[in-house]
Amino acid sequence: MGAVLSLEGLLDQQRVWKGRPQAQPQGLQPTGHAALDTALPGGGWPPGALTEVLLSVEGCGELQLLWPSLARLTASAERVVLIAPPFIPYAPAWQAAGVDLQWLTLVETAPADALWAAEQCLRSGSCGAVLCWPHKADDRALRRLQVAAESGQTLAFALRPLQAALNPSPAALRIAIDARPAQWRVLKCRGGLAPALPIACPGRG
Amino acid sequence: MLWACILLPQLALDAVLRGRADPDTPLVLLSGPPQRRLLQAVNPAAAALGLRAGQPLTTAQALAGNFTCVDHDPAAIDALQQLLAAWAYQFSSQVSLHYPRVLLLEVESSLGLFGPWPAFEARLRAELSALGFRHRIVLASNPVAARMLANCHDGLALDCPEQTRAALEQLPIERVGLPAEAASAFTRMGLRRLGQVMALPREALARRFAAAVQLHLDRLLGLRPMALTFYLPPDRFDARLELNFDVESHQALLFPLRRLINDLAAFLAGRDSGVQRFTLYLEHAEGADTDVAVGLLAAERDPLMLFELARGRLEQLQLRAAVRNLRLLAEDLPAFVPQHRELFEPRPQQNQPWEQLRERLRARLGDTAVHSLSAQADHRPECAWRLDNPATLAAAAPAALRPGWLLAEPQALPGVGVQLLTGAERIESGWWDGGDVRRDYYRVQTPTGLYAWAYRNLGEDGPLWLQGWFA
Repeated sequence: MGAVLSLEGLLDQQRVWKGRPQAQPQGLQPTGHAALDTALPGGGWPPGALTEVLLSVEGCGELQLLWPSLARLTASAERVVLIAPPFIPYAPAWQAAGVDLQWLTLVETAPADALWAAEQCLRSGSCGAVLCWPHKADDRALRRLQVAAESGQTLAFALRPLQAALNPSPAALRIAIDARPAQWRVLKCRGGLAPALPIACPGRG
Repeated sequence: MLWACILLPQLALDAVLRGRADPDTPLVLLSGPPQRRLLQAVNPAAAALGLRAGQPLTTAQALAGNFTCVDHDPAAIDALQQLLAAWAYQFSSQVSLHYPRVLLLEVESSLGLFGPWPAFEARLRAELSALGFRHRIVLASNPVAARMLANCHDGLALDCPEQTRAALEQLPIERVGLPAEAASAFTRMGLRRLGQVMALPREALARRFAAAVQLHLDRLLGLRPMALTFYLPPDRFDARLELNFDVESHQALLFPLRRLINDLAAFLAGRDSGVQRFTLYLEHAEGADTDVAVGLLAAERDPLMLFELARGRLEQLQLRAAVRNLRLLAEDLPAFVPQHRELFEPRPQQNQPWEQLRERLRARLGDTAVHSLSAQADHRPECAWRLDNPATLAAAAPAALRPGWLLAEPQALPGVGVQLLTGAERIESGWWDGGDVRRDYYRVQTPTGLYAWAYRNLGEDGPLWLQGWFA
């Protein structure tokens, strides 16, 4: 190691783990949930990376987790694309959650084309966030999404069943949502240790 | 006024070569009656085999065997001249097809935008080469002089009548467009250059030759004006490419398709319009044509984008028979409004605008794949949202909590372990439009801990119907 490395640079890239950071920096992509923001290393979603949301059952609280971020993005005129959602997004509720429907786009595809569409949206760089529900996503498919999110600097969310938690994944962040008790568990977060304790979902008993 | 003359010396041959993926293989154009086919034109590769224009086909076949024969098609040449005029129309409002195989453009008024002339000329040459036409360009102070100087020169630029006159004086007398008998009479009189003829007294010329000769000479010098009919662009684009052989795969259609789309883009640039909807007709040897409609949500004219979209539609198609001809028809040509872009984009790495992405998605997934969502002012959950319908009335946010996910069809909810969290909220509406709804809605929690939105029809005693998830 002849090269001189700046300590600041190493810390900025989060390649050196600090035992207990003193002050959390304000994340570029805050989740909108204070408890979650403090638990995540970047103070929010990893920007330009894939986040996996693992659901015990579809409908167990994924929108509650994502709505604040989607509302923030659409308010700043960034496009949010839903690719083949399993249910109909009920417009009045999304509006009540603060999402500007003008910037929300729904893409209907056959399951075979969903990954292709997600990759195109991520790579184009014209969207703020892309949500997809991949049916059969293997390691390769997720890696493609991760690379596409990086090249387009777009937030990517893959919503998958909880069983997928057993397999390793290239996603930068993996969050599992439990229905009972209602809580979030961070399974993996790049650039820091995953918090050991689950985080209680606000507003769910 | 300054006139540019663009002479296309090999128009018939270029018209064939530009539609082929292999322009370097020997190729000849044939004309004449079936009993006596003559070689009308040959490309350089065919010339290298010893073939010459004017030879009978039998002689050519005796000289060499492996060359491609294509019939000379005057109608296709006419269509191509119209296309070139449409292309030239983007540079000048006065474009004339008065002479065959020649474009005459009035360019002095265009110099402010495209000039100076050397840059303008370079642009003309670059675009013509890209379209696949060999050409000669001459600039002169009147259209007739420009046309005649193009017979002997390429790249000449004369921007005043004196220079034009000096250049005309050097022209050989056979090349200035005089009637054949007058030209040969001058030659026999020993007058070989135009300058010598112009030095003759006017009266003597008028006495010895027909009036047309004097008229032509006056027009050459710009002493008498010439009435030209100018090109008026049509309101639709219709181009057809004969493939001359049966094509059975998509891949082989892409090259001619790219040609057609580039022609369309050149035409659109000339009209300053875009295209919103065009149709590709794949013509088969027998049976009805297969048509591929390509629709866009906004008018576009970028050839790369149009090609990619058309290709996306084409690749999905199952060809049921071999394709003989390809035709592109665009009737809807709205004005082209360039996208408004900000100087400082919030997202500098944005390399593909949303409109392009949307068209790409629609091209592969179908026209009805990309939707927007809007809320409607209606109490019935089925009617409170709408696809692709910008909200006319600002729908007031409902007072009660609504679920984020709605099921497409309500499902019966097994009654065991379901816990009602709220009292009934009655929704009773729609008796006027046939979709009568009388329901009591509850927020319930399922045994697995999910929060659901379920209803029971008024007066029924059955199970709860699940309609949404509070996700």
